Amino acid sequence: MIIYGVSLLAFCMLVGIFIGDLLGTLMGVQANVGGIGIAMLLLIYLSNLSNKKLQLGSITESGIHFWSAMYIPIVVAMAAKQNVIGALSGGWMALLAGVAAVVASFLLIPVIAHFTPRAERGNSDVN
Amino acid sequence: MLTEMLLAVLSKNALISAFLFMGLLMWLSYFFSEKLTRGQIHGSAVAITIGLVLAYLGGKYTGGSRGLADIAIFSGIGIMGGAMFRDFAIVATAFGAKTDELKKAGRVGAASVIIGVVLSFFVGAIVAVGFGYKDPVAISTIGAGAATYIVGPVTGTALGASSDIIALSVAAGLTKSVLVMVGTPFVAKKIGLNNPYSAMIYGGLMGTTSGVAAGLAATDPKLVPYGAMTATFYTGVGCLLAPSLLFLIVRALA
Repeated sequence: MIIYGVSLLAFCMLVGIFIGDLLGTLMGVQANVGGIGIAMLLLIYLSNLSNKKLQLGSITESGIHFWSAMYIPIVVAMAAKQNVIGALSGGWMALLAGVAAVVASFLLIPVIAHFTPRAERGNSDVN
Repeated sequence: MLTEMLLAVLSKNALISAFLFMGLLMWLSYFFSEKLTRGQIHGSAVAITIGLVLAYLGGKYTGGSRGLADIAIFSGIGIMGGAMFRDFAIVATAFGAKTDELKKAGRVGAASVIIGVVLSFFVGAIVAVGFGYKDPVAISTIGAGAATYIVGPVTGTALGASSDIIALSVAAGLTKSVLVMVGTPFVAKKIGLNNPYSAMIYGGLMGTTSGVAAGLAATDPKLVPYGAMTATFYTGVGCLLAPSLLFLIVRALA
């Protein structure tokens, strides 16, 4: 049933967020530390595990694929609810601080990618 | 009378209206992408840009802080585009991710989160100093805002910064987030953002989950899980480092 997939997804997300909150409290910061990342790892782990032990049915999988496919429209909705006025209202200093941080980070991507040995990168291209 | 009834239906069933509206917006965006740019600019990039423009107009019209979602008939966009659904969809994208790719870039991904926080913090701090700020609390809060718009207020509150400085840090973080959304597809080729490996570095360096989520969606949706994975650790690490170690460094230098 489709709900099994949706339910598995919900389980992963809630467990991830809980662990993230727990990590945040342990570190003494008022934030969730990697909760969604942990949820993603958990989903990958569970879906690989079940490939050997108990197969996820294709209908169950479609409950997860649906939400994965809804990703882009959800992100567009997220864009439409951003506080764009707030971003522009902070004056030149806030704009410059944001822009400079982005430019510096963009420039560093090829540098870090370059530092690691080619063999480790392998043929990681996806199409 | 009929218009009023229609508007009432739309705002009463806000989330459903949002599904309808986003479907129309996506269709329009892919149409523009194909006809006007011959597919040069990806449909989702067009959609995200239109979304941001609508958010600007919505904010201008209502004076609120939630963009288009502050208009009653579009309030469902606030639910659909809120953190809960966004994170649910992000987790779902991990389903197709390859474990070997994650393992291969795991260490570099983790390192890039720390490098990303430190880099954005100091770039923001230097800009603050350039604009004449001398108080280490203000400099650190603005630097933290250049990391993300969550790290800024968390740091500012922890250090006891004034509310106008915190507002500035949020604005810096929002600028970063919007720029990452719009800018990523344009620079993707130049910075080699075309494989899971560099996507993980990208997510770690940028850190803004919304920016990374939208930036990768507009570049290549297959890269989303890799970038999102590292980006979700960024805010936590930022909240950890900015008010402590990084603040102490700023205070020692100032």
